[in-house]
Amino acid sequence: MAKPKDIELLLNKDLLEKLAKFQAIELEDVEIELEEIEFSVEGGRGGGISSPLLARMGFEFALIRDSANRITSLLGGPASPMGMPAPQPQPAAPGLAPAAPAAKPTELIPETMGVPVGDYPGSIVEVKLGATRAEGGTRATSYVIGGEKVLPFFNFQAPMLNKPVIALDVFDWPKVPLSKAVKMHFREYLEDTAEWARVCVDKYGAEMINVHLLTIDPLIEDAPPKAALKTVESVLEAVDVPLSIGGCGDPQKDYAVFKAICENIEGERLLINSVTLDMDIEGTARLVKDHDNCVIAFTSMDVNKARELNRKLYDFVPKDQILMDTTTAALGYGLDYAFTVMERCRIAGLKGDPELNHPMSSGTTNAWAAREAWMKMGPEFAPRELRGPIWETVTGMTLLLAGVDYFMMMHPAAVDALKTIINHLMSNDKPVEPTEWVSVRM
Amino acid sequence: MPAKELSPIEIYQKLPRTNCGECGEANCMAFAAKLVNREALLADCKPLVEPENKEAYNELWALLKPAVKAVELGVGENALTIGGEYVFHRHEFTYFHEPAIAIDVSDEMSDEEFELRVKVLNDFSYEYIGMQLTLDMLSVRSTSGDPETFAAAVRKADELTQKPLILCALNPDVMRKGLEVAGDGRPLIYAATKDNWREMAELAIQYGCPLVASSPQDLDTLKSLTHTLEAYGVEDIVMDPGTAPNHHMAANLNNLVKLRWQSVNEEEEHLGYPILGLPLVAWAVEEEDTIINEWNEAVLGALCIDRFVDVMIIHGISGWALLPQIILRNNIYTDPRKPVSVEPELVVFGEPDELAPVMLTTNFALTYYTVASDIESAKVDSYLLVVDSEGMSVESAVAGRKMTADTVAEALANFKVGDRVKHRHLVIPGRSARLSGEIQELSGWTVSVGPLDSSGIAKFIDEKWTPFPEE
Repeated sequence: MAKPKDIELLLNKDLLEKLAKFQAIELEDVEIELEEIEFSVEGGRGGGISSPLLARMGFEFALIRDSANRITSLLGGPASPMGMPAPQPQPAAPGLAPAAPAAKPTELIPETMGVPVGDYPGSIVEVKLGATRAEGGTRATSYVIGGEKVLPFFNFQAPMLNKPVIALDVFDWPKVPLSKAVKMHFREYLEDTAEWARVCVDKYGAEMINVHLLTIDPLIEDAPPKAALKTVESVLEAVDVPLSIGGCGDPQKDYAVFKAICENIEGERLLINSVTLDMDIEGTARLVKDHDNCVIAFTSMDVNKARELNRKLYDFVPKDQILMDTTTAALGYGLDYAFTVMERCRIAGLKGDPELNHPMSSGTTNAWAAREAWMKMGPEFAPRELRGPIWETVTGMTLLLAGVDYFMMMHPAAVDALKTIINHLMSNDKPVEPTEWVSVRM
Repeated sequence: MPAKELSPIEIYQKLPRTNCGECGEANCMAFAAKLVNREALLADCKPLVEPENKEAYNELWALLKPAVKAVELGVGENALTIGGEYVFHRHEFTYFHEPAIAIDVSDEMSDEEFELRVKVLNDFSYEYIGMQLTLDMLSVRSTSGDPETFAAAVRKADELTQKPLILCALNPDVMRKGLEVAGDGRPLIYAATKDNWREMAELAIQYGCPLVASSPQDLDTLKSLTHTLEAYGVEDIVMDPGTAPNHHMAANLNNLVKLRWQSVNEEEEHLGYPILGLPLVAWAVEEEDTIINEWNEAVLGALCIDRFVDVMIIHGISGWALLPQIILRNNIYTDPRKPVSVEPELVVFGEPDELAPVMLTTNFALTYYTVASDIESAKVDSYLLVVDSEGMSVESAVAGRKMTADTVAEALANFKVGDRVKHRHLVIPGRSARLSGEIQELSGWTVSVGPLDSSGIAKFIDEKWTPFPEE
């Protein structure tokens, strides 16, 4: 007797592929295929396969009958999702049809499910953030991110090599508009960026700090690069985790400030956040390269722009010093774009696109741009103290699944929640017991 | 065949090629393109439904059918379709049917709690970019294990809501009682397992209802079940790979990914069915408080929505936890082939006179609808200039140089805003503050920076607006 699986393979591969690709197959062909199986099964006895014989074949018979059903259902199956009327059925195979009513399986048909194969020639480059004393800096830890060879958390294909890292945002401008739910955790530290950072690390478990230098904005205080440098130095002093350094969005001013910081702080492998297409790319890139820092290449939700910026950076910076950020939009405010652009970048990188295979970063704090995250709403949506952090968590988790390796976040509860999610997703795919829930009184 | 691999040519070759135009398209090629995009129905082609074209019709039907079968739940006005999907990643084509969200009740709940939950299901509605987002189904669970108790609960459910039901009981005797009450409403039956599949299959066939094949944490057995149920004659199947509490997130994700990958990318037999997710298992853990359970459930729900689940049952009914899930669902199931934008134009609110405010926003649909609804509810007679930002929000458009002083000045001129008002005073969004100087220079209009969020428009106009601000 052939194993049921062999029979299935023969039926599936040959017949179904033909069905899918070529003109309609006459049902005599089905007979022929069945005969061939019978032939190989019975070692040359050949001859047509009779219904009584099939009936004695137990579940193998069910298999064959089912395959025949499948074929007829391809020719005359059920209604389609678009509401098209179903095709008109062809007559069933003679010789098989009379046996069908008796053919209901009496026991489970054994099956093995295929496992998706990750066929990716490319891999994401690894980037090291921060530097310990041993590495020439003063940080207690440094992180390596990236290095993926498969889609995010496809643990059955390959484990995640490096854990995504979460930074908390701090701002050097006390008047930065923060929602109430966020502000309540940091109110006492708004005037003191270093202290704010220290609380983020000590109390809220920040793995890195992202220092937003807003006061340098010509529209805010137009603070000189020197002042920004001082702020960064004070944060470096206050915490022992790696830093990323955020500009204000003004291309000229950001470059001037990054220059002052890179030229005066050596060995810390800072993450410059960010370089954009309208900045002095060469100048910024050289600062990164010459002082052994890293940089976030920031573009606005456009795969081609992301590629273009990376390509321009390659002239000056080694690949393993570049992260890419294709813009984070909040849940409800364009998250679908952000998600899909990131997912496309990651897939392209894994497929071997040499210009998109970088770890990705996300300004997940943007989740708070959604009014649902902070606005007073009806009592059915209260309390907003929970609505905000779950908003940031869901935004972050969605982008984690798209491939983000570095998160810049705002709310301590969201940071904690996303960290937990990451830990759970990193854990090995051990056998899990079924969860009883139907009879549970919740 | 996966939708992403179909070309209009392939379809065109199998069409009658009469160019008769009866389908409403100019020619058969245009119709073929619509078919490939699933924007037209095969039956729209009149010659194709003639008997002599039966073969071609059937071939086209097989080519165009989705990898994940579309399964209808419920009957009548509230019936809904799940599944009917073609691709793994949304950008490969689009997702078609949002996962249905069912609210959980059980047959031992107090009347008060039962009714409250059904009320939330029936009444929950959130307006989002011109749409009403709602909940879809009621899931009735037998915690009692008693057939009569279950029947009574199903009866109550059937009376209190028109929305489709999920009946949850693993004992076929209990299920039979439930189906005797509500079996004509095409509820989803939960579930056939490796132990009870034959009785459940009989019930599903007898009542013509879709049936969940449940094999938590064992995908081989799940496939055995779907295969066996097919062979038994069950046509509409939903797959339950099991959802485990949050610390098993990796297993949850891996199960979902494997199932959908194999059905869509490998077209593996017996797996082309919608998937059931069970975020409510977050409540099946001991010694947690309700807020933590509800939070964990929302996280599991988001995972289900992000990763291929087609119908899910949730226990929590707090708005703060439901809202992110239904909005995420809307986002992920938005057609990525269509830009979410509105036409750039000058929109008139109320009856503005020549001194009325002129405000500015971008043509990202979400931004536009949010701003428009705020202006409407504030009853500000005004003009809103919607500039073409290629469908980006204000913040992204400014950062990405999609909205610049140039595009704003151009829009002011193109839409002849100066002909509508006597003043030259433009209010721009707070998030585009950095453009104020340049806009002023290029357009000659005086620029005021408005609030960061459009909910502040009423207050801003009330307190700060004047047509002729001092220089």
